[in-house]
Amino acid sequence: MSTPGDVAGEGWPLYEVFVRANRGLSHVHVGSLHAPDDDMALRNARDLYTRRNEGVSVWVVRSSAITTSDPDMKGAFFESPAGKNYRHAKYYEKSAEVPHL
Amino acid sequence: MTLTAPDASALHPDGDDVAELQARFDAIIEADQRIEPRDWMPEAYRKTLIRQISQHAHSEIIGMQPEGNWISRAPSLKRKAILMAKVQDEAGHGLYLYSAAQTLGISRDEMTEQLITSRARYSSIFNYPTPTWADMGAIGWLVDGAAICNQVPLCRASYGPYGRAMVRICKEESFHQRQGFEILLELSQGTPEQHEMAQDAVNRWYWPSLMMFGPPDDESPNSAQSMAWKIKRFSNDELRQRFVGMLVPQAEVLGLTLPDPNLRWNEETGQWDMSEIDWTEFHEVLAGRGPANAQRIQHRRDAHEQGAWVREAAAAYAEKQAARERQAA
Ligand SMILES: [Fe+2]
Ligand SMILES: [Fe+2]
Repeated sequence: MSTPGDVAGEGWPLYEVFVRANRGLSHVHVGSLHAPDDDMALRNARDLYTRRNEGVSVWVVRSSAITTSDPDMKGAFFESPAGKNYRHAKYYEKSAEVPHL
Repeated sequence: MTLTAPDASALHPDGDDVAELQARFDAIIEADQRIEPRDWMPEAYRKTLIRQISQHAHSEIIGMQPEGNWISRAPSLKRKAILMAKVQDEAGHGLYLYSAAQTLGISRDEMTEQLITSRARYSSIFNYPTPTWADMGAIGWLVDGAAICNQVPLCRASYGPYGRAMVRICKEESFHQRQGFEILLELSQGTPEQHEMAQDAVNRWYWPSLMMFGPPDDESPNSAQSMAWKIKRFSNDELRQRFVGMLVPQAEVLGLTLPDPNLRWNEETGQWDMSEIDWTEFHEVLAGRGPANAQRIQHRRDAHEQGAWVREAAAAYAEKQAARERQAA
């Protein structure tokens, strides 16, 4: 397990930046930056990632606050949907030619 | 565990696992997928990327200086505003790239330290002086132009954070090249003196911009490995040829000539024939003996040292706020 402070000599914590391009859209991860605190992270994110009207809203999140799946566990963690293609509309072929279905 | 910091277990796997990890890495590269920060990667791949991305970041940051010098002297308010926006973009490019390098486990401070103690390289193009306003045009057209040519294929680099940084950068670069082109066009169509100034700048920047693609393929020992890792997608000479091919018709529109009497399209080889590049000059500049090398590094070091109190104040303020929150809780 590593957190930003573990990277030797990194003075400021790491933040992930999310931008909402327009009303009605989700915030999307656009990159990361280091900043001394949340306020500075937000201001830096604005200057760095929205110089051309890229967004109407910005989120910054300390990377250490994000819990992620383990990349090495890919199989075990995501395997369960395999063999469950009946969860997709494509699975139901008999109705393929029926209009509005 | 975080999204972008490298995972300790990815950095130091158990000995037995390495072959299997290497096989998985190779398969990802083979399938044209991307390597992400928390994936295991060969140490040489990590080192190559750190060197390349940090050099690239340094180039963006040092590259602010020749143009920054001209902001106050640009001939109109509009030109000042444009130049300021461009220089600000270059700062942004540097930061995107430093962030990408940081995902590989090197700290920002370490990279800055390498730069200001002259242990890191940056593009030697920024060691040339910029005596006239036309240089701002030539830099935008030729230097940003060559950078774009180099960078577009890097958007598909096998390391995810690097490729994503390059996508952002490339989107912003096209404005840089166009504003440079327009500076030259206006000068070229202006008074005879202005036309002469534009031609002189193109004469000085043409060859250095071709050198930006690096040494010829047969003298570029690391290229093959970078291509195998799919960091690099085209050889230095391929990109140089492509760039020259784009410049020829653009120079015609500008009404300026490219300073190479031997430049012509060769039907038989399907290549541009051109004069021999003077690589001794390139190696001189690369070795730090370029006209402005010492000045660029000194300036960067001064800016870093003079900004120390700002970083300290920000850290002290953050600490104070955090202490207050702890007390309130
Ligand atoms: Fe740039
Ligand atoms: Fe640029």
